[in-house]
Amino acid sequence: MRKWFLLLALILGSLGMAQSGKLEIFSWWAGDEGPALQALIDLYKKRYPNVEVINATVTGGSGVNARAVLKTRMLGGDPPDSFQVHAGQELIGTWVVADRMEDLTPLFRQEGWLDKFPKGLIDLISYKGKIYSVPVNIHRSNVMWYVPAKLREWGVQPPKTWAEFLTVCQTLKGKGLEAPLALGENWTQQHLWESVALGVLGAADYANLWTGKLRFTDPKAVAVWNTFGRVLDCANKDAAGLSWQQAVDRVLEGKAAFNIMGDWAAGYMTTTKGLKPGQDFGWAPAPGTAGVFMMLSDSFGLPKGVKNRTNTINWLRLLGSKEGQDTFNPLKGSIAARTDSDPSKYNAYLQSAMRDWKTNRIVGSLVHGTVAPESFMSQFGTVMEIYLSSRNAQAAANAAQAIANQVRLGQ
Amino acid sequence: MRWFRNKDTLYGFLVLLPSLVLLGVFVYGFILQTFWTSLTDWGRDPTQALSANPRINFVGFENYRELFTGFVDARFRQDLVNTFFFTLFFILGCLGLGLSLAIALDRGPRGEGFFRTVFLFPMSLSFIVTGTIWRWMLQPEGGVNQLPTLVGLPKGEFAWLTSREQIWRFSWNDLPFFTGLVVGLVLLLIAAAAFRAGEGKRGWVASVSAGLLLLWSFTFGRTLKPLPYDELHGFNLAFIGIILAAVWQMSGYTMALYLAGLRGIPEELREAARVDGATEWQLYRHVILPMLAPITLSAMIILGHISLKIFDLVFAMAGADNAPTDVPALLMYLTTFRANQIAKGAAIGMVLLLMVALVIVPYLYRQLKSEVRR
Repeated sequence: MRKWFLLLALILGSLGMAQSGKLEIFSWWAGDEGPALQALIDLYKKRYPNVEVINATVTGGSGVNARAVLKTRMLGGDPPDSFQVHAGQELIGTWVVADRMEDLTPLFRQEGWLDKFPKGLIDLISYKGKIYSVPVNIHRSNVMWYVPAKLREWGVQPPKTWAEFLTVCQTLKGKGLEAPLALGENWTQQHLWESVALGVLGAADYANLWTGKLRFTDPKAVAVWNTFGRVLDCANKDAAGLSWQQAVDRVLEGKAAFNIMGDWAAGYMTTTKGLKPGQDFGWAPAPGTAGVFMMLSDSFGLPKGVKNRTNTINWLRLLGSKEGQDTFNPLKGSIAARTDSDPSKYNAYLQSAMRDWKTNRIVGSLVHGTVAPESFMSQFGTVMEIYLSSRNAQAAANAAQAIANQVRLGQ
Repeated sequence: MRWFRNKDTLYGFLVLLPSLVLLGVFVYGFILQTFWTSLTDWGRDPTQALSANPRINFVGFENYRELFTGFVDARFRQDLVNTFFFTLFFILGCLGLGLSLAIALDRGPRGEGFFRTVFLFPMSLSFIVTGTIWRWMLQPEGGVNQLPTLVGLPKGEFAWLTSREQIWRFSWNDLPFFTGLVVGLVLLLIAAAAFRAGEGKRGWVASVSAGLLLLWSFTFGRTLKPLPYDELHGFNLAFIGIILAAVWQMSGYTMALYLAGLRGIPEELREAARVDGATEWQLYRHVILPMLAPITLSAMIILGHISLKIFDLVFAMAGADNAPTDVPALLMYLTTFRANQIAKGAAIGMVLLLMVALVIVPYLYRQLKSEVRR
């Protein structure tokens, strides 16, 4: 009899030890970003060999298509075990407020992550004091890229403020450079806007825009549009037809002096173009934003009612671990969200970003879903449209405020 | 139970039943559901937009009011204008090019079968493929813009899909007036045609309603202002590229329709006209083109409903975010699935359905009537 009990206990025990079943991961990391995700999955499989990982990717940069698919799945009552989402309001404003996500604060406590991630980041991914997602990587939005040799040739320094930028722009125009600033399609223009807004308003007022403490119609916020308009006058006229890579190419070819783009541009220049950070291309914070790190981050959460909860929690545990983050990020071309990651695994640009990440003030990006919910972000395109077609700062500010009211921004 | 008596009727009904049920649920049921959604505030409250059991309130036609007169929905109104111009030029282009190709082929040149296949072939591609090809050709730095360099001219500078230039601008506030004016004039034309055909009663009804409508447009139509300020809309030149691609794809199809029509015209009629001394031009003008009128109508209906709900071609050519080439179907997708404004997206969908119905229903009505008559 005792023998039987022992055997039963053994079987039960081994079942508990070796997690089995499935885990479905929903993301938009295909193509260039595929290998980084695969490395994570491989690591997960090494730890939990009996779990079958289903890698459900929907292509389309920044998740433009994946998000639509995710919404139909969630509304249809078929949530994936864990899905990729931009950390911050893109998760909170859509899924957390709708009560579709589980609180991950206990996991953060249990794993001791509360002091491993910077406080500014924890604030951005929390809602009413609870944490809802595990950030995997950090990208910086407010970076200005240039080619040092070219700048020396033209005899200019990377500008420190937007006022300085406009002067440099005039100097360069005088030297026959038609469009000193390289700009690309639609969203890259909004990307430029957020750097201008941060530079003109400063970190505190920029953050206040998204909590509703500073209205878009406030003269300070209207001034952002005026500066933005003058910065646009420095940019190429065919911007709308270029991808962000083509805009970066303009700088590398010497057709433009500067480009404001997130630091995935560094990944593009080092990996695709084979350039050396610091020598072949240089970087500086976007004008007026030194000491501020405008971040965006990909994160994973735990939807309510998933089929394989334990496997998902193990996945999240892996994502937040030092090993997981240092496996993923060097391949993805981003830095770890944790402040204790190993710098030797990263290239020169990323090392400098890691130093800033630890010391700078952290604010969130608009275009990449950190500070405003999707309902605001996607209609911000309309605001941009109103400004570009009328060049009327007040009209754009009014439209932005109207949309903010409509979607209850910051409430 | 009378219809039961005949066994064939019963079988017929039973055979039709599954498709009736499926259509009823998946077409008409969902149309009703979308209509209901469009009358609610689903999506306005972010805590309810995507919750498992959303609490949804009835708000009547508020979403429609916002779309047509709201401050932040200027993009929707520009989209309607875009659709109007796109439909107009797309249909004109396809009919014109299709008819010319058909007439050319009808005269029996050598290799007619070959050319017929060549012209018809683009239709077999999907809009996504067409869109991708034309997207490459219309890049600002390449393709079509490089063509002039072949003959030694400077290369073109036109930003095909992203130009912000707008022509024929008008204020949205003038729309009630213009609509009244155009519909009134059309009614006058109908009245004139009816009088000529000797249908006096119809003519009078048409002319009286035309008079009333014109009177309304010149009095109340001028003062009715949907917006408190002037909002200018016009034809986005960026659409020229989209129109080019769409015409390239669909004119072969129009050609096939016309060619069938031309082959259906008996040779005797042409000969009779020639015997009467008609020139080739007169032959086409007075004999052949009038006989092609029903084909023109069918082609217009088919092209019209394609262009009103166009989505894939624009999506592939310019992407969903390129505002100068936006159309309502794209905006519906963005509003629903990106901005989570589900009710407003449904309202845009209903407006689209209504526009397509305006084109399709009179056509179906006419078809059914003529079939019964037969």
